[in-house]
Amino acid sequence: MLLEKVQTADAAAGAPHETFVLNLGPQHPATHGVLRVKLTMDGEFILRAEPVPGYIHRMHEKMGENRNWSQFLPNTSRIDYLSAMTYTHAFVLLVERAAGLEVPPRAEYLRVITSELNRISSHLVWFGAFLLDLGGFTPLLYAFDDREKILDLLESVTGSRLTYCYYRFGGLCNDVDEAFLSGTRDFVAYMRPRLDMYRQLVTDNIILRKRLEGIGKVDGEMCRRYGATGPVIRGAGVPNDVRRVEPYSIYPELDFRVPVYPEGDCMARYLVRMDEMEQSLRMVEQAIAKLPEGPVLGKVPRMIKLPAGDYYCAVEAARGRFAIRAVSDGKEIPYRLKLRTPSFCNLSLFEEASRGMMLPDALALMGSLDLVIPDIDR
Amino acid sequence: MTLPEPFRLLAYLAGVMAFVGLNAAYLVWVERKGAARFQRRPGPTEVGPAGLLQPLADAAKLLSKQLLVPPDADRTLFRLAPVMVMAPALMCLATIPFGQALGARSLDLGLVMVFAFGSINVMAIMLGGWASRNKYAIISAARIVSQNVAYEIPMMLVVITLLMVTGTTNLQEIVEGQAGGFWRWNVFDLVANPLMPVTFVIYFICMLAETNRAPFDMAEAESELVAGAFTEYAGMGFGVFFMAEYANILVGCSLGAILFLGGWQSPFGVFSGVGWFLLKLYALVFTVVWVRWTFPRTQFYGLLNLSWKILIPVSLGILVLTSVMLKLF
Amino acid sequence: MISPSAPSLDELTAAFAQWLAFVAAPATVSETKGTAPDPGAGVGATSGPAAPVAGAAGEPAVPWCRVVEGKAKGYHFEAQVLPGQVVEVGRLLFDRGFAIDAVTGVDWMAAGQMELVYDFFHPSSALHVVVRCRVPREGAEVPTLSEVFPGANWHERETHDFFGIVFTGHPDLSPFLLPEDADYHPLRKDFAGAA
Repeated sequence: MLLEKVQTADAAAGAPHETFVLNLGPQHPATHGVLRVKLTMDGEFILRAEPVPGYIHRMHEKMGENRNWSQFLPNTSRIDYLSAMTYTHAFVLLVERAAGLEVPPRAEYLRVITSELNRISSHLVWFGAFLLDLGGFTPLLYAFDDREKILDLLESVTGSRLTYCYYRFGGLCNDVDEAFLSGTRDFVAYMRPRLDMYRQLVTDNIILRKRLEGIGKVDGEMCRRYGATGPVIRGAGVPNDVRRVEPYSIYPELDFRVPVYPEGDCMARYLVRMDEMEQSLRMVEQAIAKLPEGPVLGKVPRMIKLPAGDYYCAVEAARGRFAIRAVSDGKEIPYRLKLRTPSFCNLSLFEEASRGMMLPDALALMGSLDLVIPDIDR
Repeated sequence: MTLPEPFRLLAYLAGVMAFVGLNAAYLVWVERKGAARFQRRPGPTEVGPAGLLQPLADAAKLLSKQLLVPPDADRTLFRLAPVMVMAPALMCLATIPFGQALGARSLDLGLVMVFAFGSINVMAIMLGGWASRNKYAIISAARIVSQNVAYEIPMMLVVITLLMVTGTTNLQEIVEGQAGGFWRWNVFDLVANPLMPVTFVIYFICMLAETNRAPFDMAEAESELVAGAFTEYAGMGFGVFFMAEYANILVGCSLGAILFLGGWQSPFGVFSGVGWFLLKLYALVFTVVWVRWTFPRTQFYGLLNLSWKILIPVSLGILVLTSVMLKLF
Repeated sequence: MISPSAPSLDELTAAFAQWLAFVAAPATVSETKGTAPDPGAGVGATSGPAAPVAGAAGEPAVPWCRVVEGKAKGYHFEAQVLPGQVVEVGRLLFDRGFAIDAVTGVDWMAAGQMELVYDFFHPSSALHVVVRCRVPREGAEVPTLSEVFPGANWHERETHDFFGIVFTGHPDLSPFLLPEDADYHPLRKDFAGAA
């Protein structure tokens, strides 16, 4: 390791050995929000990185204990604001399974279409922001340009551009129109060459490869010890994808590949996400082709009550495994709601993974974890 | 028309300062417009036609801001640093021949002088970073010193190679030696050294690194070090650093045009003049802008490896090759 | 490396049964009068009572485990252990390739108990295991799992923030998501709120 070499050289030369504490954040360009990382540094080498989250903690879990099941629905889209659909999906799935609600097939298809569109838009934001961390400003604007098209599509059906609350217990709040479907088809056709362009312009760039290959190694074992999921664990060679291992909704009916790269470095995580956008496009395409006719909302009681007991439901959000654990005492209001968010677990390995790295490489590692700060703080 | 010597010098001083000032201001505009074009957006449009008055508005804003000095900073050095960055860039331009008869001073040691003053720039940024008493600024100061030490060497080796070909350090004479058409330019002087285009590329890379431009903008590195050495500077203190960056790019690109691309010589051997020089200069400046908005930043050790492990051996090889070629032919 | 093959539910049940027999045999068999099922009957039972509430405070809960059927619950295997056994169970699951999913608490104020819920998932299968333990509500203390799963560190700090449960042996229990001077635990059911 480079740090050890430097330290040995320092010791051999009798150079004084001093460390200092660098406060990265809570306001820093690379933390994309209000995350603070306390770094103990030896020159530009990180001896210890201690993330200090909580700057935008909102106590969603307490809010959950103060409102009934449907009233909590909008909260779920405000945890990870970039991947709101999938988070809402987890919550409606949990309630539907526990209450035994039927969801019409059309609603299931539309859920997958919107979730996957949301996943693409989330990955596009990550793509731009990650390149920004690496000092490349331009891809951000290209990515936002593409994302804008998704936001327009989703806005036309959900009415919001970021914190969607489109899913309902037992279905969706409204059906989509032909304009959305044709717009989505056009988007899929438009996005494929764009991904190709990103590959040529960005992925194959020698500077990018030098900066990412072999940097920020996170192996499957480390992911397991910290509970890291999503592109982080798939970039470490473990094909863990909730959509595949514990299928929900109509994912078993779709033909898609779970991208896995064994290297475990920043490049692997980068490539996993780039491939995932392609797979999401495939899923959207298939779901639109198979989209059945029919209602989008099943029969749902006016006031949802879950039988007493505890329930757990996980989905694959853009950043990894998002799970809700709910404890019901049979009343209208949840007794306890626990939100298990992927960014929280993914960031927890940062302290171990960043040890001995240089500052710019550690920031590349942090960027490749794709953190959304409200998702950590909840 | 010839002015008496003191007036001529004063006129040039005013001219160079105006040129640098305008260029710095309008290169910002070019950079912003260029970046906007690369990024599929319009760029500044509001202030003046096509945003042309934007630099003036920016300058007015920066000038109206309070000059803050951090409480524990070294006040003298902190204030001195921006001046020390700006002044050498102005000095360097004094020897640059813009046209056949357009140059402040035609010094016999012009090239040496440009490099002598050029290296003060590093010290100034280092002092600015050090005097700020900010951890990010200190890291940046340490980075910029090692970066410049690393890149000064291949740059010098390249320039020495060129000196062996031209046989003079007078910039005016170097340009005159390239008269006659683009095949006479030093960059195409394959007889003296078949690797001359490579030499030019090395020069350009070193120039990017010396002026702290992306992908080698280690000192500023906004996603790592916030604003690096300039983190604590407010108002025009920051503005001067910013202008100096463009002034340095101007010097670097002028030198590139003079040493390799025939300066004010026309590529066809006729109609030589200041227009050609400016064309070449701005083509190089545009390339600098283009590179910045295309590539991500390199790693710091990647940057040093590039210099010590690739550029220095290659430029040494070129130096040896050139001397052998000159001896043989 | 992660073991490529996840244990099947049967293997897991067998492992737990063996472990239970080893750790708790003399104590539990003799004290099966609470609402908790007898471990012998509990192991492999497919339709036990839903999340049995342990007896009144003070009465020792009895370790048991069972396979959970159906999709509604969302997990496949659950175990109830004594606070002192959490680390051992964690190690048992660690050795079988499980990953830490979450650690959280539930405040059963009426029963005067705090429940700790440990979620584990298997990275290469759908298997999801829940381990629970109950401690008295006041002065709740559980040994930390962060020695086995370093990822539990943050989850436990968060649980300490929200419930005031002390994880003995934890490296740092200072407020995590709450402000650094927070001396309240908002998810306790008797938390009155700042307003």
